Amino acid sequence: MTTNLVPKNAKSTNLRTRLAAGILLLFTGLIIILLFGVNTKPGLNTTFGLTPLGDKNVIPIPDLVLPAQPAIYVLAIVAIFVGGWQLARGIKSTGLLAGVVAFCFVFAFLIWAARDNSMDLVGMMNTSVVRATPIALAALCGVISERAAVINIGLEGIMLMSAMTSVMVATLLHNLYAGLVAGMLTGMIIAGLHAILVIYFKVDQIISGVAVNIVGTGASSFISNRYMQIYTDQINNSGIFPNIPIPLLAKIPILGPVVFENNVIVYIMLILVAVTFVVLFYTRWGLRTRAVGEHPKAADTLGVRVYMTRYVNVILGGLVAGIGGAYFTIGSVGRFDKLMTAGKGFIGLAAMIFGNWNPVGALGSSMIFGFADSLQVKMQILNIPVPTEFLQMAPYLVTIIVLAGLVGKVHTPAADGLPYEKQ
Amino acid sequence: MENVSLPKPAVSENNQAGKPKEKKRNGSKLFQTLLVPVLAILTGFIIGAIVIALSNDAVIASYRNIFRDPGAALAATWSAISVAYGSLFYGSFGSVTEIFHSIQTYYSTGDSKAFLLAIYPFTESLTTVTPYILAGLAVAVGFKCGLFNIGAEGQFGIGALCSAYVGYAMHAPWYIHLPLALLAGAAGGAIWGAIPGLLKGLTGAHEVVTTIMMNYVSFRLSDWLLNGPMKASGFRPLTPVIDNSAMLPQFFPDPLRLNWGFIIALAIAFLVYWFLFKTPIGFEIRAVGANPDGARYAGMNIVKNFVLAMTISGALAGLAGAVQVLGVDHWVGQGFSSGYGFDSIAIALLGQSHPLGVVLAALLWGTLRSGATNMQLTAGVPIEIISIIQGLVIVFVAAPAVVRWIYRIRAISTQTTVLTRGWGK
Repeated sequence: MTTNLVPKNAKSTNLRTRLAAGILLLFTGLIIILLFGVNTKPGLNTTFGLTPLGDKNVIPIPDLVLPAQPAIYVLAIVAIFVGGWQLARGIKSTGLLAGVVAFCFVFAFLIWAARDNSMDLVGMMNTSVVRATPIALAALCGVISERAAVINIGLEGIMLMSAMTSVMVATLLHNLYAGLVAGMLTGMIIAGLHAILVIYFKVDQIISGVAVNIVGTGASSFISNRYMQIYTDQINNSGIFPNIPIPLLAKIPILGPVVFENNVIVYIMLILVAVTFVVLFYTRWGLRTRAVGEHPKAADTLGVRVYMTRYVNVILGGLVAGIGGAYFTIGSVGRFDKLMTAGKGFIGLAAMIFGNWNPVGALGSSMIFGFADSLQVKMQILNIPVPTEFLQMAPYLVTIIVLAGLVGKVHTPAADGLPYEKQ
Repeated sequence: MENVSLPKPAVSENNQAGKPKEKKRNGSKLFQTLLVPVLAILTGFIIGAIVIALSNDAVIASYRNIFRDPGAALAATWSAISVAYGSLFYGSFGSVTEIFHSIQTYYSTGDSKAFLLAIYPFTESLTTVTPYILAGLAVAVGFKCGLFNIGAEGQFGIGALCSAYVGYAMHAPWYIHLPLALLAGAAGGAIWGAIPGLLKGLTGAHEVVTTIMMNYVSFRLSDWLLNGPMKASGFRPLTPVIDNSAMLPQFFPDPLRLNWGFIIALAIAFLVYWFLFKTPIGFEIRAVGANPDGARYAGMNIVKNFVLAMTISGALAGLAGAVQVLGVDHWVGQGFSSGYGFDSIAIALLGQSHPLGVVLAALLWGTLRSGATNMQLTAGVPIEIISIIQGLVIVFVAAPAVVRWIYRIRAISTQTTVLTRGWGK
């Protein structure tokens, strides 16, 4: 849709937005003081472990020891300063400011949560990357298909089915890579069905996605109940991909354990993000794809094959989602349980929108989710007074807030959701 | 030379190259409207039958000998399918002969126990149908305004918790307590739906993502409430049982659970129909859904209608939760609202977002779900087969072209249903 349904009042009142943003940032700084600074007894230290215990691949560096209360106050002062600057002078890049203040808030929260205690910071960052992987793969699938203007919300169904088939094949053939290929094929087939329904039969794209979800969830639960839980040793016990440290890069102090010591699916995810970014924005094929997504009619008149491009994109997206689904079983626990994706497909969709339909943005927002996910597990261990359920709400609330704030500034592919009629 | 279009010749039926000959219209409009959904359901069941047969050990075994004894293979297949669907039918409706006999028993001896036993499956079906009607209406109202409310599950849960709270925390005579509890449920759901509606109206945030996020927030919130403030004494995370004065009256003694919730649901369906089709506000909502640009040009306030539609949608879903608590369970536990979210979307789609269609679709859906438990018990077919059938039915209903392609029906008009717009604002 190129027409703007919600007429925004022209933001000519820059003063008002500046004031609002500045006050919000100032407020955050104050909250840091009130929530975290005041509650911390002076004299306590927080230790951030920067070398994972027992990790032989990395060059060890000493832990970061911070005096808790002063550090929190410093962060609060930074936030207040940034807010005050925004109020007084105004800075162009509000995103950067929000990022800085958010960082201060989160860091202060971590310091407060682990006061008089130690926290394995690098381990938590690694867990964030690992937990972000299926979300990032789902978001990437969404990006690839939506850049050609085909909405695919059937990600849950695709990921469940490919999770199931990958563990089945991996167990039967005693080969994890075969399972991965099976997962990819499943994703491609289901996405292909969605593509046929949406492009050839011109079904509403969201309805088709919902149907794929329902059938995928039902079929995988059905087969799980009927076969997987019963014949576990024959088809539901595959083992998982081992963590493979990359020879030289794993030695780098903080980056090494976080990024370069993971299993092959995480590496594939990172490579795919880079590849998709380059292909989408720096190649002719990517340009054609984006053209089909923005203005299919113009692309058609120039000779781009609209239908073929859409089919290819949706099926490629399905391949990526298939890898994401395979992660849940052969990359994580080695067996299939029904409904094991637990909504990660939808969160991937949110990450995609949050990331502005850009592969790197999608990865960034997935990392935020992964971080929030690993944070709330850590918080449960640390026993802080906030109820765990509220911590678990954090990623979802963050998505809503950012979505509401960012949407005016994100760019949907203009023809997204509309079937194309060749004239 | 300029191309001037000549007037077309009067008779055009037979000669245009490439144009298919127009057959006589396939019956009346009602027949056409019903044909595709009916065929869709039929096709779904046929595919379901194939799945049932293929997942049955006895059938697979008999097919090993298919060339030696084809009769046995066919018999086994038929037996598997008929046992499965038979138990599904029995679970949904009971046995007609049993009901008949039990009525005779009642008239001869005055003992109603056999009668109650015989109509138990049917009343169970209607009890299951009740929340589906309301939840389906919720999504349907959203669709009518062009909004996709996936948050029905969260709104259902919040409504259930609110009404349960009024049910056990307040004490009043039933004519105050019961309406208040229902109202609390509707209000809770309304707030939960209004938030995404406001966000969509004011900032353009797409309601699919916001409602999904609100779903998860509601799950966590209910986790916390059920393990903390709203927890009944004991070990399990559930609320205390609500007062008798807040329970919806049942029609028959236990264990039959059919209650006034069913009547309320039907009444609300009629109210929604009247609201959408007979009032100016409803007209505005439908206009915004049909053509937002045109509606804005006509002076209608898009933001207000978005918020209104989402609020009503949330209220209906919350009411569904309230009716389920007050009429059937009388307390709320974890996972109370699970499954209602997607099912209500399917019901709204099947019913073409029209209240009457939603009621019929909910009747079908609830009856199937209710019977499926018996099918799992008796025939050993996992209950998820219903999900597969339902998903296929949605596809076939949403893509009439697929059904027509399978059954070679000619279309009268091109129906490309585009119910929702993309992520655009």
